[in-house]
Amino acid sequence: MTTRREFLVLAAAALAAPTADAQIGPNQAALRKAAYEDALRKVVGDAQVRRGRVKLQLPPLIDNGNSVPLSVAVESPMTDADHVKAIHVLTEKNPLPDVVSVRLSPRAGRASLATRVRLADTQTVTAIAQLSDGSFWSDSAEVVVTLSACLEEGLI
Amino acid sequence: MARAVVTLPAQAKRGEIIEIKTLAQHAMETGFRRTQTGELIPRDIIRRFTCTYNGTEICRVDLHPAIAANPLIAFNTVATESGTLTFQWVGDNGYTVTEIASIRVE
Repeated sequence: MTTRREFLVLAAAALAAPTADAQIGPNQAALRKAAYEDALRKVVGDAQVRRGRVKLQLPPLIDNGNSVPLSVAVESPMTDADHVKAIHVLTEKNPLPDVVSVRLSPRAGRASLATRVRLADTQTVTAIAQLSDGSFWSDSAEVVVTLSACLEEGLI
Repeated sequence: MARAVVTLPAQAKRGEIIEIKTLAQHAMETGFRRTQTGELIPRDIIRRFTCTYNGTEICRVDLHPAIAANPLIAFNTVATESGTLTFQWVGDNGYTVTEIASIRVE
């Protein structure tokens, strides 16, 4: 038999527990995390990814996940001997982990890209740069999304 | 009506790094949305964007459904010589748009 006092304690705990980012269920989140790991392996193979050199810019709080400005810039002299070959952007909780991949040549002059993306949930976005010497560098950004890009169920 | 817009400086100094902004008109249908009767709306996106400068490829971008509608792509290049830049968007259902812009380099 639950007393009133116990019930109140349990109810308070239940209210306090939910995390702020539960727009998709835990099962789905786990599946998407696995898909993200797969996509990451496909991009980098067995190579080690180091932090730094890459600067990923995203607004920290987004009202509408349908169009989020994103920009990536990589520190690189962009010469024939030392340049950025590719930049990949991946997400943890979108239905597909890939967002955008760009292949660059030294002719780009500066390794940077700006675009607008869709985000399905509050999550971490990762940018990975592949350099001409074969090394990988990355940067991540935490983004809080209040209206998901995938929740407006096809109102056409 | 223009299906794509490209912004770049009309002239530049030799060796200067210029910024190019491109915008294509496209709904970028993700393939994950449903109609009110529950049917899946098929995917219809731009898959690839390429930019060439006098025949040399500057960048090649693979786009996925996570790119917002009317994709904006902004990038840089070195102004090496006067000539033309060709921009091409290729997508599902035979979508192809080509834009040409010219630049004068001094």
